[in-house]
Amino acid sequence: MGFGQLPYDVAHLLGGGMLLLSFMLLYQRRVAAVVSVLAAQGAVLALAAAWQGWVQGAPQLYLTALVAAVAKAGFIPLALHWMIRRLALARGVDAALGIGPSLIAGVALVALAVAVALPITTGAQALAREDLAIALSVVLLGMLMMITRRNAILQVVGLMSLENGLVLAAIGVAGMPLVVELSTAALVMLVLVVAGVFVFQMRERLDSLDIALLHPHRGEGE
Amino acid sequence: MLTAIALGLALLGLLALAALVPTGRWAGHWAGPVVLGGSALVSAGIALLAGGALAFGLPEGVLALPFGPAWGGMRLALDGLSAWFLLLLGLTGMAASLFALGGPARGLVAWPLFLGGMVLAVLAADGFTLILGFELMSLASWVLVALDHREAGNREAARLYLVFAALAGICLVPAFGLLGALDFAAIRAAPPEGWRAIAVLALGLVGAGAKAGLVPLHLWLPLAHPAAPSPVSALMSGAMTKVALYVLARLLLDLCGPLQPGWWGVPLLAAGAASALLGALRANLEEDAKAALACSTIENVGLVTMALGLALLFRAADLGPMAALAAGAALLHAMAHGLFKTLLFLVAGAVQHAAGSRRLDRLGGLIHAMPRTAVAALVGIGAAAALPPLSGFASEWLLLQALLGGWRLGEIGLQVAAAAALALAAMAAALAAAAMLRLFGLAFLGRPRSPRGAGAREANRFELAGMAVPAVLTLLIGLFPGLALALAAPGIRVLVGPAAMPPVVGLAIGAGEGHSAYAPLVVILLLGLALALLWLAVRRRSPATAERGPAWNGGFIDPPPEFVFGDPLSQPSAAGMAQPLRRMLGGTLLAAREAVTMPPPADPRPARLASGFEDRAALALPVPAARLGDAIAGQVERLRGLTLRGSLSLGFATLVGLLALLAWLERR
Repeated sequence: MGFGQLPYDVAHLLGGGMLLLSFMLLYQRRVAAVVSVLAAQGAVLALAAAWQGWVQGAPQLYLTALVAAVAKAGFIPLALHWMIRRLALARGVDAALGIGPSLIAGVALVALAVAVALPITTGAQALAREDLAIALSVVLLGMLMMITRRNAILQVVGLMSLENGLVLAAIGVAGMPLVVELSTAALVMLVLVVAGVFVFQMRERLDSLDIALLHPHRGEGE
Repeated sequence: MLTAIALGLALLGLLALAALVPTGRWAGHWAGPVVLGGSALVSAGIALLAGGALAFGLPEGVLALPFGPAWGGMRLALDGLSAWFLLLLGLTGMAASLFALGGPARGLVAWPLFLGGMVLAVLAADGFTLILGFELMSLASWVLVALDHREAGNREAARLYLVFAALAGICLVPAFGLLGALDFAAIRAAPPEGWRAIAVLALGLVGAGAKAGLVPLHLWLPLAHPAAPSPVSALMSGAMTKVALYVLARLLLDLCGPLQPGWWGVPLLAAGAASALLGALRANLEEDAKAALACSTIENVGLVTMALGLALLFRAADLGPMAALAAGAALLHAMAHGLFKTLLFLVAGAVQHAAGSRRLDRLGGLIHAMPRTAVAALVGIGAAAALPPLSGFASEWLLLQALLGGWRLGEIGLQVAAAAALALAAMAAALAAAAMLRLFGLAFLGRPRSPRGAGAREANRFELAGMAVPAVLTLLIGLFPGLALALAAPGIRVLVGPAAMPPVVGLAIGAGEGHSAYAPLVVILLLGLALALLWLAVRRRSPATAERGPAWNGGFIDPPPEFVFGDPLSQPSAAGMAQPLRRMLGGTLLAAREAVTMPPPADPRPARLASGFEDRAALALPVPAARLGDAIAGQVERLRGLTLRGSLSLGFATLVGLLALLAWLERR
């Protein structure tokens, strides 16, 4: 399976779509738009999982696709939107690193991911190699988003995107047990709930979502 | 054979586990004898196996253990060098375990682990196993040093000991990492070159030197040895410093290959000469018996290091027989010192047990109360003072012969260095003899200096057995150094090349035909003859019956009746005997000070003379070390104060850095 064959091309297209959406996450200036892009990324992930399920003949991947479609493209973005409405949060993105530098850093991270992933996997299938490089890029971009955004909701979005990258890596490898995906999905749901509670509490007590206000409240306290 | 030794190691681990069982009767009565007796038996077995391997042929091949790190299992191997040090380990371990049986059973978990760690480090055939054993040895011995932690001084000593152990680990891990491979065979096939080799030299010298006690990293020895129980200090001084020297020899002479430049020997020679001189001088000034012995250990470690450095110099200059002479001196002196210093520390333990003190100013006259211990002490003292026909003389004679051959090195700088080292080594030997004389005279001769010392009793039979083993071996090696060197021949070949012959001429030792040789049997014959003649002459000239009169008390008047043990001022004190050397050499080398406080006229207070000394390393090292520690702590404190996003960024930056490292490594 290689370049010019349908299974490879479609998988490549979907992976590339996820990477593109990761970049879109980085340059959105409005919180609501960021959540919409995250939903789109979840949808593309569900498509990619379904496609891999069909190509590998692995029915459990359809379940993964269903989980991704329901949770990541549906439920989580809806919950985040609801949260934003509830908090009357239509403000713009407050970035620690400007949009332009973020994108440049993102490109550098993708280059790094390709430089690391391609030589390591020499001998593996071409599809698995490209898939791994793209997944690693998505993970790194998710982390970059987490550290360059000051808003707590955007940090949650970065974490979701990171998890999307992990699942993308998992579905690219043939024979990966479903347990892993289900458990990561459940874990992320849990994280979302915790983060939601955290955001509400923070809103109530501090009247803001800027995590800078949390600094005096860390651990031991002064 | 390797399997048998590995089983012995496993047995030591089981003994440590057995000591953990907390139930009443076992812990109360049986744990001590079983663990210590088992350690003695395993040590004896290991010594037998190692000696047998040296005498009848070493086992071929490598024993791969069925467990280990993910990148390759742990491997054990026995070559000449490791078998020689394993022999020393077994002998000293047996003696110290036997001695420990005679005292209260303490530190039972750490004791077999300490022994096992040393055996593992010596047997290792890859860097990981060696570091594992080395660190196990460091940690277990730290536990043993800290046994008496209720005293503040001992806590301080244990902390300092741990700092130096950590320094050794911090240097040795990158030193082995820089070798390019873990497996020793692979390293020998592709030894390090260029800056990597120099970094290995520097890191290895600091790492092994900190554990062996080379100047200026010797500060822990005079503190940790008195703090530890006596069998522990015996093992630390006799075996552990030798394991550090083994690591030094293995790393620099064996693994780095024979193609390294000759100047590699110069740092070893310099550090060794400085250690020898400073250790011997300090041994003359210490007032605690075990601290003085610890300083003598610094001296002897320095002598061995000098011999190793000379072996490197001669090997690089293609002087095979001279290199074999130096390597033989190093191995023989390591063995001799390991045995006689174990003996001396055990004697110090027996004295402390019987007379209640280690302070020389509270001992005295013990030769009457403890005659057998005194004989054992005399053997050890004689060997440490390098008197023929004991083992210390044979090995130091070899070292001096090798140093005297220093003119054969081609370059004038190296010749001068060897000549200077010769002068320092001779001076160190003389100072060591003076220190040993002072030690024996103050502790065993004269009159008791305290009531507790006057009531001393002979050591019990386990303690006597523990002292007898190294005493007899010291005598045997002294009488037959040729046989001992023949056993060490495989080790010499590991150090200086497969063609090397041990410096043996028949039963005597010497650098081959046509050179000077030392035959202890002839020497002892001549000495005996001279003594017999003297005795005959005295008998003929003197009246027939001997008469005992009162001892001359140095011209003092009779002591008042409340001084049951005589006037204390009529016997020399430890500080008094140290005074000439302290005044002569202490000022420059040890920052010795002396102050007289005279009260003004008509003031009835006595005049006071206060004297003391401070090691220059102790003056110079701690301040920058503390400053460095503060700086590191400040940086870490800043890390703790990072914001939430800062912490996340730190993790992210680490990940990206590691990925970049990975990408860079793949490019190469």
